[in-house]
Parts: sequence; structure tokens; C-alpha cells
Amino acid sequence: MISKLINRKIFTLLKVQYSNMLEYRVEIALWAISGIIPFFMLNIWTNNNLNESINISDVMLSRYFLCAFFVRQFSVVWVVFSFEEDSLMGKVSPYLIQPINPFFRYFAQHLAEQITRFPFALIIIFFFFIFNPESIWIPNSGILLLSIISTFLSFLIQFLIQSIVACLCFWTEKASSIERLLFIPTLFLSGLLAPVVSFPTYVKSWIYLTPFPYLIDFPANLLSGNETNISGGLSMQILWIFLLFPLFKKIWAEGTKKYTAMGT
Amino acid sequence: MVQNIIEVKNLSKSFDISSKKPGLKGTIKHFFRRQTKSLKVIKDISFEIKEGEIVGFLGANGAGKTTILKMLCGLIYPSEGYILVSGYLPFRRKENFLKNITLIMGQKQQLIWDLPPIESFYLNASIYDLDKFEAKKRIKKLSEMLEIDEELFIPVRKLSLGQRMKSELLAALIHEPNILFLDEPTLGLDINAQRNLRKFLLKYNKETNATICLTSHYMKDITSLCKRVICVQEGAISYDGKLDLLLKKLSPVKEILIVCRSEEDAIKLENSGFTIKNKIKNEITIKIENNSITSSLKNILNNYDIEDLFINEPPIDEIIGKLLIKKDYDF
Repeated sequence: MISKLINRKIFTLLKVQYSNMLEYRVEIALWAISGIIPFFMLNIWTNNNLNESINISDVMLSRYFLCAFFVRQFSVVWVVFSFEEDSLMGKVSPYLIQPINPFFRYFAQHLAEQITRFPFALIIIFFFFIFNPESIWIPNSGILLLSIISTFLSFLIQFLIQSIVACLCFWTEKASSIERLLFIPTLFLSGLLAPVVSFPTYVKSWIYLTPFPYLIDFPANLLSGNETNISGGLSMQILWIFLLFPLFKKIWAEGTKKYTAMGT
Repeated sequence: MVQNIIEVKNLSKSFDISSKKPGLKGTIKHFFRRQTKSLKVIKDISFEIKEGEIVGFLGANGAGKTTILKMLCGLIYPSEGYILVSGYLPFRRKENFLKNITLIMGQKQQLIWDLPPIESFYLNASIYDLDKFEAKKRIKKLSEMLEIDEELFIPVRKLSLGQRMKSELLAALIHEPNILFLDEPTLGLDINAQRNLRKFLLKYNKETNATICLTSHYMKDITSLCKRVICVQEGAISYDGKLDLLLKKLSPVKEILIVCRSEEDAIKLENSGFTIKNKIKNEITIKIENNSITSSLKNILNNYDIEDLFINEPPIDEIIGKLLIKKDYDF
């Protein structure tokens, strides 16, 4: 019964946010295009034959960066910026006195944006295959399903990390500046610029203890068919969610006590 | 016996405020050593509100009215003291408590800007666990009460302020709350929209016996809706009681313009011992204390040849304005 009600709330939130996101379809198309960093990186890697140093073929590398692009499209999170603005402008106040955590709204916004983004991402992938026909492949249904799950888990990890940072708005008004600090390891250690396998062994062993390689590298390797530890990767993703969720709940509970409802 | 729905005892709220001196020197100093001080904005206040009451909170800007409302609805955490609203501690924000209340803050909106209000209404309905049939029924009822129809299907960004405010109200009331916290609900609305909103609130209160706590700088809102007012001055309550009584206390005299048939009568009246405000030919304005108004008028009508007389009520804005300026009013 409870889960039915929650599902109804989430479903309605999702439906309304999707209608809202469709109003911004042009912006979303541009955001999708703006996420083509992996293609630039692919170009750098192949032009300099860097893939030879890590024993990955050109085709597998191009598939990796295509998958990195795809995973990034469905795991990009901006909740800290939305929450910071809403918090500073007092817009979050009416949501705080509704019987649903305001983060569900942001969560639904993200999911709705991903659904809106999907066709644009497909168009970009279509053009990628036109220019790189040798990279075309069809992953088997099991791998595809696991990749979708893994991408969603990656989104959840990023959403939780940013939500924790967003909650710091209750203490410091500019929590987004803390997010900027996180952006650097996310960029370098997630696999967006280079597959984590290309890092020195000693560094790699440390990187795999952080949540970053599970944001892009693991789901991208899984989807592209590169060799990867599937159960280990999925377990680490779930572990990080289990670690981050109670932390978010605690910071949220403490933070709301500090809320001063500025701007209202 | 009517139950207390809100109980507040020794409530205080302090905020940490950082201050910065002007100029480059001040900025550099502020960067390295931030000076903060704790400012007590609500000071040990206590009051009770009964179910179905409409209570107006009066006070100058920064007096603490909105902070009190924010604590009552659970938006901010009190520093000291005790609040019980509808049997709940508001700051715990329990689901059943949240389903019982609503907060409307002037032009702060919860409607989704790019979508028609109807979308936000259905969203709120599902958040408050209303099924689609019930939601439809309530939207119909409230939109009739608020006299909005086609506006429900126009994107919020294209609505006028008045239409938006009505839609805001509908979104905030779809779950039929028992307690309404209204912070400047008529802010920015034109006279007709203000009147309609007041009419609606009275109707809602009459039909549902909802308790309404209201702050407003428009005295018409207060006089039309509230029998009881709580005056807040620098975070403390300076008056809590009937509005009529407050007005009598703040304005103990009435001004009466008397038009005498002749200037001679006016001169006679001028010398009869009444407090005279001014005299122009045969028109004379006198001040009479509220408690002796009947006997004084009887005396005047019996002893002088009077053509006409007008009793002038001093403007309520002026009376309350005096209260807000003067800090040491003794009630």
C-alpha cells in the first residue's frame, strides 16, 4: 500500500516534470551536444596511438568513449545548483512543508530530463556510427540490461554525492563551490577523459576504492564489451549507495534544523 | 468548549548574523576574520490560538511576524521554548502534521512556472495522497470559490499576478488544511483582487472552520478578517487581544465635525469647555473621549442649534502606525 502510494507520487512527479522538461527541449538538445567530451578524448587518443600502451584496439577504444558519452548522458547531475538557487531564493520553503522530501522533486526532474535527452543522444550515436562504421556492435541483451542498471546506479551515486553537497547550503550559502572541488576528481578519475585501466597500477588500486570509477568507467566498459569485473563493479556501486544514503539522510536532518528560510 | 489548536510557550529564536564594515579594509578583514553575532529575533513569546480563529500578526518590518509563522509551520527550528500545533511539534514535520497545514508567502510560489496551474494541482494532489476523482472534485470546488476557470490551463508565466495568487491559493488548499499560515497574501494585488481574496478566506474559514494566522501590511486585510490581533514589536508581543479593544485603546478620542446654524452658536460651543481641534466660521471640530460620546452629543444637540454633524473615525492605518513606531506602548 505504502509503496503503491510512493510510486503514485513519484510517477506523477515524473509525468509533470517530463511535461516541464519538454518545454526546454531545445536547451536539452544543446546540453546533449555539449556532452561530447569523450569524442574529443577519443580523437586525442587515436591520433597519438595512446591505446597501444594499454593494449586496447582502436575499435574497442572508440566503443569505450561512445559508451562513456552514453553513460554520461544518463548520469549527469546538477541538483546542487538547483537546490542552492532554490534555497537562497526561498523557493524551497513551500516544498519543505509538503509531505514528501524536496529531493524527490529534483530526482524526478533529473529522470525526466534523461527521458527528454534520450532521442537526442540516439541521434548523436547514429552520427557517430556513420563516421565510425567499424565501431558498430550490438551488445547482448544480458549485458545491455546490466549496463542500464549500472548506469542508473551511477546516476544514483552522483545524485547522492551532489545531494550531500547541496545540503551543505544549510551551513554555507555557496555549496556549489564545494561541488567544483569534486568536479576535478570526477573528471579525471571517472573514466571520462581516459579509461581507468590506463592509470599506473599503484594509482589504480587507490582509484578503485573511491566512487569515481563506478560513475563512467565501469558502466562504459561493461556496455562496450571490454573486460571488466561485473559482479565486483556492481557490488561497489551498491556499496557506495548504501554508504551515501544514510549520510545524506543525516546531513539533511541536521541541515533542515539550520534552515533560515532566507528570501521569504 | 473550543480547543486550542496552537500553543506557544516561551518561544525564542536567534540567528547568527555576520557583519562587515564598508570599504576594502572592511572586506579584507571580513575575509580573514568573519565577525558573527547572535541576534535574538523572537524573545520569549507565549500565546494560544483556538480552532477556527482568524488571528492577525501586526508589526513593523523586521519585527518578527514572519519568523513566528515560519516556526509555527515547522519551516524553521526554534532556539528555545515550546510550540504545539494541532498536537504536533511543527519542526519535526511529521506527515500527518504537514497534511494539516499550509503556508502561503506573498509572491513566493510553488507552481511550476512553465506549465499550466492544473499540472501543479494534480501534482500536489498526489503528494497529499488524494485520488484523481477527489482531486478533480476539490479543484472544481476551489476554482469556483476563487472564480478561476480558463486560467487553470494557461502556463503560469503568462498569468497576471492576481490570477497567479489565486492559483497559488488553490495549490496550497487542495489538501483542505485545518490551519492556514498566510504571510502577506495580498501583497502586490490590486484592490479588487485583494477584496476577492479576503472574501474567499472568510468563506473558507466559515465552511471548514479552519484556523488562519495572517500577517499583512494592508490594514484592510486585518480589519476585514481578524477579530483578534497579536502585535509584535522587536520580537516580543506587545498586545494580544481583540482588534476593537486595541483600536479603542490606541485612539481613545473621536473627532466630531459640528455644523452650527449660525456662527454665534459656533462661538458659544467653542467656549463651552469641549476640546476644540479647529473652527472655521460655523463649522467646529471637537474631540470627545469614546466613553463620554453619547452624553456629550446629547448635551450638544439639546443646547445648541445644530445643522449637521459628522463623527470621524481616525484612519486605522494611522492608529496602528502609531503603535508600530512607538516602542513603549503601555497596554
